[in-house]
Amino acid sequence: MTQRSFFGFAKPRFIYEELTDTLVTPQSVPLPSAVTLYIDKPYAQKDALTLKSGTPVKTGERLSLGDDEGPAVIATVSGTIQGLSAFTGDYGKRLTAVTIEVGKDEPAPEGFDPAAPPTLSYLKRYFTTAPGAPPLASLADSERGISKLVIYGGDADLLTHTNQYVAKTRSEALKKGIEVLQTATELDEIIMALPGETIQGHEYPGTTVINVPASYPSAQPLMVLFKTLGYTVPSDGDTTSLGVVFIRAEAVAAIGSAYLTGKLVTDKLLTIIDKQGNRCLTTARLGTPVRQILAQFKIELADGDRLIFGGPMTGSAIFTEDQSIMPDTDAIMVQDAADVSVCTDYPCINCGDCVRICPATIPVPMLVRFLEAGQYEEAADLYDLFSCVECGLCSFVCPSRIPILQYIKLGKYELAQILTVEEANE
Amino acid sequence: MSSRKQLIVSHAPFWHNGSGVPERSYHFLLAALPAALMGLATFGAPALAVLSLSVASAIGWEVAFNYVSKRPVTVADGNAAVIGLLFAMVMPATTPWWLVLLGTLLAIVVGKQIFGGIGANPFHPVALAWAILFVSYRPFFDFDGMLVNYNFDFPAAYPIAALKAFGPEAVAELPLLDLLLGRQTGGIGATCGLAIIAGGVYLILRGFIRWEIALSFIGGIFFTALLFHIGDPTRYASPWFHLLTGYTLIGAFFLAPEDSSSPVNFAAMLIYGALMGFMVILIRNIGAFADGVILAILVGNTINPLVDKIRPKALGKVT
Repeated sequence: MTQRSFFGFAKPRFIYEELTDTLVTPQSVPLPSAVTLYIDKPYAQKDALTLKSGTPVKTGERLSLGDDEGPAVIATVSGTIQGLSAFTGDYGKRLTAVTIEVGKDEPAPEGFDPAAPPTLSYLKRYFTTAPGAPPLASLADSERGISKLVIYGGDADLLTHTNQYVAKTRSEALKKGIEVLQTATELDEIIMALPGETIQGHEYPGTTVINVPASYPSAQPLMVLFKTLGYTVPSDGDTTSLGVVFIRAEAVAAIGSAYLTGKLVTDKLLTIIDKQGNRCLTTARLGTPVRQILAQFKIELADGDRLIFGGPMTGSAIFTEDQSIMPDTDAIMVQDAADVSVCTDYPCINCGDCVRICPATIPVPMLVRFLEAGQYEEAADLYDLFSCVECGLCSFVCPSRIPILQYIKLGKYELAQILTVEEANE
Repeated sequence: MSSRKQLIVSHAPFWHNGSGVPERSYHFLLAALPAALMGLATFGAPALAVLSLSVASAIGWEVAFNYVSKRPVTVADGNAAVIGLLFAMVMPATTPWWLVLLGTLLAIVVGKQIFGGIGANPFHPVALAWAILFVSYRPFFDFDGMLVNYNFDFPAAYPIAALKAFGPEAVAELPLLDLLLGRQTGGIGATCGLAIIAGGVYLILRGFIRWEIALSFIGGIFFTALLFHIGDPTRYASPWFHLLTGYTLIGAFFLAPEDSSSPVNFAAMLIYGALMGFMVILIRNIGAFADGVILAILVGNTINPLVDKIRPKALGKVT
């Protein structure tokens, strides 16, 4: 139900759906002929020499670009390297794509060892690209001082069920994962946030389970941070300085499962949302191209359709079905060309619908005027740019169809760039 | 690579509730239609001529300005038609053609386009055009003089002017029900209270105007008039009379809550509406003019940016 209701003064309201008790085992997607993994480092010509095409790799092997301590990715299949290429992600983030032709499955002879003491640097070495993309780099960053670790037992976006399924079905792995993280981080308290009334059956040692309301966007990370946990917005907008780190339940379960079984988890749990809005859960090897997953579910893609990684409110649209699934891809949504809503450059007419719906009580009409003019600092100082929880409801209701969320994220991004430059100059 | 699909890429969110600016304007026109039709029933063919010319010329000025300023043509959003219709609704049925053309020119160009078009106007375009014409061509706004050739089956004196000239006794005999049903003289679309209320309630229920402004405007008029009336009933008319005469209702539902020139925060909307209502009665009861609604709305528009600074604390802010 995404249409405006007849009685327009009533706000649209979205509820996070709860999975029913009869949980269907996710269908698994067969191994593709080649997988593509991404290393968090810009591609350079010389890297092609370190990971030459034709080099054999084994499942669980750590693939780095020269520097063994630097950014790397864990091979999710065995086979031979086909090649390296440059890849540009969201907000111009530059990555290196490694394509591996899949061969006979063989475990890597040396690699992750569950008997080794779980320190943060050890976890960072083997789990940074685990399913769920645990933010181990932030945790291991000794300068920041982490005060709280918050585990998502639910999903931040609508229509997505990935982490909720993990929280409901993988409690043994979650318990072990929490234990490992507790040892590694030496934190007294770990918080688990669950949307809705699903607190029953969730008991984990050393963990406080808290409920967030079942209404969207209560489970968005910034909403949990400011509303549920009561933190105040830092004046420079840098929420990482608050020392709160969010981690998906799937990531915790992946760490726990590796310590229980001795094998790294290589399959990603995904929610597939088809053109009719039907959803199902599936598991696919990390690095599987989207094309193969769509074929498995017989979803036809046509020109003008939209392919989205993530949910309908905060996901990101991708431009090719050859892109492969990443550790943080919780959902794949396909939108028919007829349902695609297009943004316009029409001016704000000051109707106030965004003000009524904003969960963060931001003066959106004023904010968007400053952002359109590129006056990001004024937007942050005068009109609460950093209070935004990035839920997208303002863009959802805007009659002028202004890409408000895009302006907001761009504004935050630009200010973060300025901050980085200032810090570098100090 | 030829098999690659051309996918649409854009930023989140990927859903939209389907609302749009043209939809808002067309519903505005629809809501204003009953009052305009009641005006036609009362004033006949001359009113139809004013209405048609006003809507058509407003659209024409907007197209002309779009061409002159080399901007995309924006008449499809319906806002020019709304301005044209509302302008005709506040004018007498016998308004000469040149005054209508001048009025819509002022409303579209001076009221809206020179500020940057829709959403950028600090004043309601119709209110601004009306005020400029009102101070320039006073005789055309004397409803008693303009409608002198009509034979009505109800008292033909413009009630709000009669109140100003002769005091509450002169209008004490007017039945409130007659005023509500449009048995009074006035602007083409401003006489039938019932039709205006019906349109206004429709707009409020559909969420096209902000109910806080409309209701606080009416509340402001009612309570200020009540205080005056209690103070001296021989000099000041009852609040009910003020609610049902002049431009009160069309101002409350169609002029005051205009999107661009009014605030959006809850407390600010209440203060804004109530303050304008208060101004209306001050002008009517102690000011120089018979009807102060549109002038009060212009005054309200000027304080909009200031009053809209009264807003709730944003999430995660301490001060």
